[in-house]
Parts: sequence; structure tokens; C-alpha cells
Amino acid sequence: MSVDVKTVKRVAHLARIAVSEDDAERMTGELNAILGFVEQLNEVDVSGVEPMTSVTPMEMKKRIDVVTDGNKAADIVANAPATDENFFLVPKVVE
Amino acid sequence: MSDLTRLTISQARAKLHGKEITATEITEAYLSAIDRANPALNAYVAVTGDKARDMAKISDARLVKGEGGALEGIPLGIKDLFGTEGVHTQACSHVLDGFKPRYESTVTSNLWADGAVMLGKLNMDEFAMGSSNETSYYGPVINPWRRSRLDTVVMPTTHQGDGGFVSAGGTKTQRSLDNAQLVPGGSSGGSATAVSAFLCAGATATDTGGSIRQPAAFTGTVGIKPTYGRCSRWGIVAFASSLDQAGPIARDVRDAAILLKSMASVDPKDTTSVDRPVPDYEAAIGKPIKGMKVGIPKEYRVEGMPEEIEALWQKGIAWLKDAGAEIVDISLPHTKYALPAYYIVAPAEASSNLARYDGVRYGLRVPGKDIVEMYEKTRAAGFGREVKRRIMIGTYVLSAGYYDAYYLQAQKVRNLIKRDFENVFAAGVDVILTPATPSAAFGIADEDMAADPVKMYLNDIFTVTVNMAGLPGIAVPAGLDPKGLPLGLQLIGRPFEEETLFQTAAVIEQAAGTFQPEKWW
Repeated sequence: MSVDVKTVKRVAHLARIAVSEDDAERMTGELNAILGFVEQLNEVDVSGVEPMTSVTPMEMKKRIDVVTDGNKAADIVANAPATDENFFLVPKVVE
Repeated sequence: MSDLTRLTISQARAKLHGKEITATEITEAYLSAIDRANPALNAYVAVTGDKARDMAKISDARLVKGEGGALEGIPLGIKDLFGTEGVHTQACSHVLDGFKPRYESTVTSNLWADGAVMLGKLNMDEFAMGSSNETSYYGPVINPWRRSRLDTVVMPTTHQGDGGFVSAGGTKTQRSLDNAQLVPGGSSGGSATAVSAFLCAGATATDTGGSIRQPAAFTGTVGIKPTYGRCSRWGIVAFASSLDQAGPIARDVRDAAILLKSMASVDPKDTTSVDRPVPDYEAAIGKPIKGMKVGIPKEYRVEGMPEEIEALWQKGIAWLKDAGAEIVDISLPHTKYALPAYYIVAPAEASSNLARYDGVRYGLRVPGKDIVEMYEKTRAAGFGREVKRRIMIGTYVLSAGYYDAYYLQAQKVRNLIKRDFENVFAAGVDVILTPATPSAAFGIADEDMAADPVKMYLNDIFTVTVNMAGLPGIAVPAGLDPKGLPLGLQLIGRPFEEETLFQTAAVIEQAAGTFQPEKWW
């Protein structure tokens, strides 16, 4: 499978990365090189093979459902580019 | 020994506990070495001198009272991927500009609890994506090793050579260093360079497809990626969560064992942290390997592999045989599919993990007319080319209609790769010996690699299988190529049998010796 410039622009939008016309052209070539390289996986017979879900055979750890953390609003917003009274500020989303 | 930076961790540990030197002295020695070398090598992106001095002072107080921990007063460098409270933590990406976490990663917490001293944060490929440390927002790291040539120089008969070999005929051979700058490998290039160039006693690193072992091989250092689940991933910037593991880069096998013992732990904050006690890895060093079964996988003899790599591999086989190991030929039939499967799984996980860099919660924000434009502009400006490329691949293979063909197929192949190893271990093989990399260090801005991303990816051809199967792997220096550059061998072990790796790597180290670059910086 290979991608065209239109697909690259659609994927870039899905990934929320702005691309110029030139970027999209260049990325098309790069992505096709990588997709061409991974193509060889199709020759592997995977009938009856389960997809891997965990590399270590272990049951997922669960913890007791109690509050162990909190009251850290100031820490959480400390690195944000724009905040107001422990809220993150973003451009208007709802009119 | 006058230069304290030349001490290994085990040597420094003995001198610190024996009160022959102080933590402050050794810390100052490293800080001035960094001052002198960093403009040339670019290994550190942030030096935490004041913090280092404060930590050393506390260590000295403990050492005086005879209370020092396992790493008391040992100065370490920390890869920029590890969250360090109040200190530069940016994964060497523009998108994390100014980020200083309010928390400390579990691995670094463990090191500080054992008394280690932090010198600063180490350069790396952006978000650990790269094999040359050239994708860093802070510029490439330079390998302290350079190619050299052997020249025959005619000497006046009355004069004795200075460090060269004087022959009876009045000529001597001397190595002269080439000026070309080489990459230290990646993504832990800053860690490898800092350890190799004596800018820290040891360093933390991470490995998703070879990012500890490949730079270790390129710089003549020892690097181990432990079993998935051995070191907590909590507080480490995530790249591909099912593959990422932390581990040390050190000057010798013993130092790597000392560091891993401190870094590893069982951590309730990481659900993939495995509930097993951490053994004393150092105790494995020096144990005989007589009767150990060493597997040699035929699939690692790849087309176009340079002669010196094959020769190195044969030397490794001979050393282990001499030490009493039994050498057996094995087959890992799905080896060639590991790299393509990795380039689906890792980008898929990365595209998901890196979705959090949106200009809202931390780091860079580029304004836009609405929130979507703000996201798109922020991410376009904040991520470098390689990171964007991988996010795009990941987004594509996970998108509607392609998920089964790419992602599911790759996860099935991944199971087959793991099964290959399980079969070999079930047949009684204790450890697998392979080359660590398909070549020695290459030049900065190598044109072939810049033109074709896949060529760069092939650097990880011998290391990536280990991440796909979640196994432990160690790279240990084993010799120099004809141009005087270090080459490494890799040992792969059963899950959680890191001790076998240290035990076997120590045998290779004893036979091969250790390697230090000639100082030019």
C-alpha cells in the first residue's frame, strides 16, 4: 500500500500537525519508503496466531479503590502556557 | 590516581567509603570536566552544579558517619527523558520548552535514595526517536571516539618514542586521529558520550529498540536493557509504552550491575512493573560460565555485514568457549521481521502517547484562530522531522480501514518473534550471543542515512528483537575495528535473568579489556 499527498494531508490533520504543501510532498515520499519497508510483514503466515497484548505473562495489577493522591491543582497547572486560578486557558471552543 | 573522573564506580565507592576522597571532590572534578568538554561534545543539555554540590555535601555528611548508601557520593548524568523535580525535563524536544516537573521519576528517586549525585541532564534524540542523536532540538552529540590511521614514522635512532612503538630499524608506528566527527549513536547518545568521555561516573538511559545498546557499542561502554517490567517507567517521558525500558550505561560490567541494582524496583505506580525482588547483580560477576549453553543465531549473519563484525563475533564465540561454555547453533526464524514490525508498533504507540503535547498543559504554545489551529501550529513547530514522521506513520496504521492490515498483523508477528526465543530457551540455551550493531559509529550528517530513513532504522537490526520480546540484552565492548573505533557484542537472556548477562559479559570483558578514547576535546 502507498499513500498520496491527499492522504498525507488527511493523516496530518488527524494527528493535528499543520503541514505546508512542501511538507506534504516530502512526507509522502518518506512515508511510502517506510510503508514499503513494512510491506514484507504480509509474507508471514500468522494463521492461528493471537496478536500480542502483553509482553510479560502477568495479570494486570489492580490497586485498592481509595483516594491516594490529590489537592495538587497548583502543581498540575504549574507548567501550562496560560492559566487562570488553577484552570487551563484555551481559545474559545463553544460559541 | 590524580584524576578522580577516571575512577570506575566500584573504585570510587571504595575510596569514598574508605574516606580517601570526598563526594565534594569527585563532584567538583566532574563539574570542571563538563565545563571544559561540553562545548565540544554537547553531551549535557543542562548542568545542575548547585544541586550536585548540595547533594555531595549531604553525601559527605553521611559518609563521615559511615552511613553511606550503595551509590553514596557517586556523580551521575541523567538522560533528559527522566522526570527530575524542578529540573530541565524536555525529552530534548522543542515542544516541551521550559518544562520542569513537580515530581521525580521512580528510577531517579531510587538512585538519589541510594546516595547518588545528579550532575545534570543528558542530550538525546528527540523523544528517544533516532539512532544517531542528531534529532535532538539541542543539536547533535559528538562521539569522543574518532577514526585513526596507523602511520609509520622514521625516527632518529638516538631518540626514543613517546608512547609509540620503537622498532629496531628506527621507525615507529603511531596512530593519528582523523578530524571527522562521528555520532555516538542514539537515542541515549548524551549518556554514552558522557560516560565514555569521563563526564559522569555512570548514566541513566532508556531503550525502546536499541537506544541503550547501540550507543554503548559506538562508544566502547557497557549498556544493559533489562527485562520489560524490571525498571519502573513511572515519570519517564513515554515513547512506545510496550517497548520502553530504562537501564544504565557504564564504563564496565561491574558498574552497570551496581547501577541496575539501584535503578530497578517493584513500583505500584507502574502497572507493568513486575513483582519480583531485585537480585544483587554484582554477585554474578566472576562466577564461572563452565557448561553454560550459548546460542549463536544464524539469522544475525546479515547480508553486507562488514568483515570486522563477523570477526568480532567469532572472537566472542572463542572467548566463551575457552571459558568452558558450550556453543550451539540456533535459529530465530522471524528475526528479519522484527524491524518492520517495530516500525508499526512503536510509531502507533508514539502517536498515541504524543497526543498529549497540545499546547495546553505544558511546554510550547503557538496561537491559532481557534483551538484546532492552535493544536496544529503548536505541534508543527514543536516536533522535529523524525518525530512528525513517526506520529504520521502511527496515525496512519491505526486509522480506520488499516488497523488490521498493519497494527494487528505486526502484533501477531511480534508474538512469533517472542515464540522463537521461547523455543530456543526451552531447548536449554542460557544466553544468546550476537553482534550489537551492524557497523561502527558513522559520521555526523551521513548523507545516505539522511536521504533514506529506513537506512538509519537498520542500525537497530540486532537490538530491536529483544525489545519486541521483552527480554534483557546487554552490549559489551569487545574490540576495535581497523580504524580504531569500538565495536560491541550483545548478549540476550531469558526474562529476568540479568545475572546471567552480567556473568557472561564479565567473561567477554576480561578477555577483551576495556576501551577509552584518546582525548582530543
